[in-house]
Amino acid sequence: MSKSRRDFERYIPYLLILPALSYLIFFIGYPLIQALYLALFPDGRFSMENIDYLFTSPFSRFEEAFANTILLVITIIPIQVAIAIGLAMLFNMKFPGRNTALYMVVLPLTISDVAAGLIWYSLLSSNGFFNKLLINLGLISEPIQFFGYQFRHMEFLAIVLTELWRATAIVFVILFAGLQMISREYIEAAEVFGATVWQRIRYIVFPMLKPSLQAALIIRTLFAFQIFGVVWILAGRDIPVLAGEAYYEQVELKHTGVAAIYALIIALISIVIGYIYIKLFKAKYLEV
Amino acid sequence: MEMNDMSIVKYYLVKILIAGGATIAVLWILTPFIIAILYAFTNPADYYSPNIVLPLRYTFEHVQKLLALGATKAIFNSVAVALMTIGLSFILGLPAGYAFARYIFPGKDSLKLFIVSLRMFPIMVIAVPLVTLYIRLGLSDTLLGVALAHTAMSLPFVIVITSSIFAGVPKELEEAALIFGLDRKGAFLRITMPLALPGLAAAAIFTFIMSWNEVFIASVLTLTNRTLPAFILTSAMAATDFIKFAAGFIMILPAMIFVFIARRYLITMWGITLR
Repeated sequence: MSKSRRDFERYIPYLLILPALSYLIFFIGYPLIQALYLALFPDGRFSMENIDYLFTSPFSRFEEAFANTILLVITIIPIQVAIAIGLAMLFNMKFPGRNTALYMVVLPLTISDVAAGLIWYSLLSSNGFFNKLLINLGLISEPIQFFGYQFRHMEFLAIVLTELWRATAIVFVILFAGLQMISREYIEAAEVFGATVWQRIRYIVFPMLKPSLQAALIIRTLFAFQIFGVVWILAGRDIPVLAGEAYYEQVELKHTGVAAIYALIIALISIVIGYIYIKLFKAKYLEV
Repeated sequence: MEMNDMSIVKYYLVKILIAGGATIAVLWILTPFIIAILYAFTNPADYYSPNIVLPLRYTFEHVQKLLALGATKAIFNSVAVALMTIGLSFILGLPAGYAFARYIFPGKDSLKLFIVSLRMFPIMVIAVPLVTLYIRLGLSDTLLGVALAHTAMSLPFVIVITSSIFAGVPKELEEAALIFGLDRKGAFLRITMPLALPGLAAAAIFTFIMSWNEVFIASVLTLTNRTLPAFILTSAMAATDFIKFAAGFIMILPAMIFVFIARRYLITMWGITLR
């Protein structure tokens, strides 16, 4: 009687986890397999036509999309990390109004990419705040054009600015949490033994912050490869990106097989980066 | 004496640097918010006048026009999807979060690692294949279909957050309740749940915002039953500037309200989910 009861107790945690786990395996596993099928077996038989489409169709802008996505990632992330490190060190100090300022700085965490794109459109459009401010300060006489195919480079800049504004907070929160975990005792000990500010940063803060820094880097990189809303709002297809092409092929052209390939490419990139992440920080992960 | 003067100068210099840095950071974040909100209500003449930097006269007509264009229905759809997502992901995620917080069992670490790493999975890629499945299941272009996909997106976060919330409720309280005659279920419902409730409410808000903000899956899975971001994405491109500003304002409104309500939990929660 009591033995079978204890046997049952042993299974309780598994029973509690099972529904969620099955749901996730189904909703992630099934689409991945289905995507492979859509991409490589368009009519029930193996065919390279969707892959050929990527490289040869006049509709396809695969190479551009791939290059733009990587270009955006390598432009945005180093600046974001630099700003976030500066902010994290700033907010790690005590000053009046710190908590209020902190809430304001993390506000963009709740803002969607679409909303961020629209917000920055109101700043940068030719009648927008930025242009009118500069004109009225006498710094420029004609508005600076940020939007339109012939101003693609400015569109790129607008996307970078919007992403810096929107997503730096994610990096900041991770680094800030990491800094807060560093015990003051280490730093005080270093002070007692006469370490300069720079030495304290170089030999104590930085090594202890390294796991958070790496985590922040990889999380941001993963999300950056999915960039879509900001680009679509600010530049449409003037600047094709991987996720944007997936959307365009699926929704506008109904090329489900091609859209599935884009989905698989994004998944593959993320899995590779994620794999590196898990390899590097396994111990860190298990603490959660 | 000279040394002392130097250190006073240095002290104030550091103070000024900190104040300056914090001011710049706050302005950099807040200015776009303020401008976007003011422009959502600007009088068209003020917007087109080159000499008026900040609008002086305001009107509700842009927001009204946007709502009349179909945003009302889209807002309703978004709220419905978000509520269904909260319901589904909590029904599925809460028990799992509790199990990870309270039980020790073989395979716990690997299971947790698996779910935690799913947070990193680019969930948008499930949208395209789901279209085909949903046609077969009769779920294409339905709000439930979007909510099911959003649940897959938010579930790993809900499990991680709830597990950390339950872990924060002292186990001793539950054990005390068991000693005083409650069974495990009673202890959970009468002791752990009430103590975990504020955190769970914040987690629900977090889930709401995730679903409210998600655009890719929603635009791929719906055609007539668009959620707000999907509606904006497909119609804002062709709209006037004013409609875009109004759309931006409506998109950020719930997030701002929720941040205000849940501000105590905000940073901790993002800390948990992103770690």
